[in-house]
Amino acid sequence: MDSNLYETKRDKLFKYFVYFCLTIALVAVLYPLIYIISASISNPALVNSGKMWLWPKDITFEGYRLIFGNDSIWQGYLMTVVYTGLGTLINLLVTIPAAYALARKDFYGRGFFTALFVLTMFFTGGLIPTYLVVRDLGLIDSIWAMVLPNAAAVWNIVIARVFFQSTIPRGLEEAATIDGASNFKLFFKIILPLSAPIIAVMALFYGVGHWNGYFNALIYISDRDLFPLQLVLREILVLQDMSSNNTNMTGEAAQLIHSNQQLAAIIKYGVMIVSSLPVIIVYPFLQKYFVKGVMIGSLKG
Amino acid sequence: MASGSAVANKEKNAAKRASTFKKIIQNWQLYIFILPAVLYFIIFHYVPMYGIQIAFKDYVPSLGFLGSEWVGFKHFERFFDSYYFWDLLKNTLGISVYELIVGFPLPIILALLLNEVKDGFYKRTVQTVTYAPHFISVVVISGMIIAFLSPTTGIINHFISFLGFEPISFMSDPKWFKTVYVLSGVWQSTGWGTIIYLAALSGVDPQQHEAAIVDGASRFQRIMYINIPTLVPTMVILLIMNLGNIMALGFEKILLLQNPLNLESSNVIATFVYQAGLLDAQYSFAAAVGLFNAVINAILLVVVNQIARKTSETSLW
Repeated sequence: MDSNLYETKRDKLFKYFVYFCLTIALVAVLYPLIYIISASISNPALVNSGKMWLWPKDITFEGYRLIFGNDSIWQGYLMTVVYTGLGTLINLLVTIPAAYALARKDFYGRGFFTALFVLTMFFTGGLIPTYLVVRDLGLIDSIWAMVLPNAAAVWNIVIARVFFQSTIPRGLEEAATIDGASNFKLFFKIILPLSAPIIAVMALFYGVGHWNGYFNALIYISDRDLFPLQLVLREILVLQDMSSNNTNMTGEAAQLIHSNQQLAAIIKYGVMIVSSLPVIIVYPFLQKYFVKGVMIGSLKG
Repeated sequence: MASGSAVANKEKNAAKRASTFKKIIQNWQLYIFILPAVLYFIIFHYVPMYGIQIAFKDYVPSLGFLGSEWVGFKHFERFFDSYYFWDLLKNTLGISVYELIVGFPLPIILALLLNEVKDGFYKRTVQTVTYAPHFISVVVISGMIIAFLSPTTGIINHFISFLGFEPISFMSDPKWFKTVYVLSGVWQSTGWGTIIYLAALSGVDPQQHEAAIVDGASRFQRIMYINIPTLVPTMVILLIMNLGNIMALGFEKILLLQNPLNLESSNVIATFVYQAGLLDAQYSFAAAVGLFNAVINAILLVVVNQIARKTSETSLW
């Protein structure tokens, strides 16, 4: 339909304008990302003085050597892996069966349960009452505070339910019931093997959330050994700069910066890369599946 | 006749009840499937909702939600009378409205531009790159902002001095806080925000465009009169949701970017609740402030939805 036959001079001009705008957007987003990569392996003096502004200059891996030699970063990484793994597992155990039950037309009370879940999207207890409940349950400073208060997300249950409704043929369930198979048997023997795509999507959705989250750790975790990577990063990237707020800067991560003032800049850029690495690796899958998830969400919403 | 139908109704009801009962018995295992989710939502969402009552009490940890003493609107009055009330409200609304005005139209414009590109490779490249910042953690984003904007070593200030201007202390100048917050948000989420609009645009019937071309419409005219009207329902829904969330701005980033020097313009209700409640342990007072925020939000959502329903026939409910 866009054959050149119809393309007037005005339209061509407009086309160039479109490409021009998109290229500006592309460069504006890409530049900071390239800069971080370049800065993490350049001579810090050149980074700080602004002489390195696009491609790496005077390449050094000293920053990465110090980062990988730092115990508190390793400990943070380990804890984040634990929280992400355990948290995502719990998310799946809660989300997938619930979504399947809600997808079944013959499930009495599905309207009630859906309302029970969806209501929490609009009304919440708020920060303080939620904190007090978590504290009263004795979860503060334990691994469980990182994985239980966000054991499920309404939106993800909705997306998984739409998946079950649209991909599992209705006849399948009826046939299984007639054959005398219980719901358990049906779910584990037939439904789950068909659900690999939605399980992968949900694992990615929840996994990225756990990996990137810092706020739960900030309010529920004060034991340094339990700090996830994002809290360690916060000390290096954020608190370090607030000179007046240095009282709680006792961690090894902070010393990493203080004892290497001249390398501080490239250490900062390096930890940004190191901490984002797992997300960067799964990004191609993320993009594909997250886009699908947003689409399903938009269909329902 | 009347008694006959009553009997029939009674029988029908009895049969219905029996079949409902049978359905529940037959599918009892489905209730086990949904049990973990129900327990989760009750414990971590409904119990805290029940706990909101501490906003009207003097909460004492040893007495719990129920045992603490009622004090009415004491905490609300203290908040409304405090000298910082208007500052908090002004900052909260200021940042939200600023974010909405700048951040709302940009994904629409980017989606319309992307939709004009027929070259699949270039389009995919722009999408892949602009979606990426969505997955960067808020701590890393804040770290980037602080590092890039440093008055002595930040790359942005190097550019500013290169162009012959004085370096700007973005992070310690209250004047700049809102702009820094909003523009970094634009950088992170504009690309991702296009997805929902691109989905709507892919639903446009190509015949409409063909007919318009035959009638001599330019590309720009076709965007104005075919593509934009297609997007209006999506825009309205997103606008309602954004306006309903205007007091609930994502405060995780604000908390990270806040420092004593920019507090004057970065202190918002949500960060104040965090400070008062969790750092100073004034649980009841902070819960009251949080509840005030939530109530304003709920009212805004209902009002905006009502207006949208009256004027555009599109609404959330």
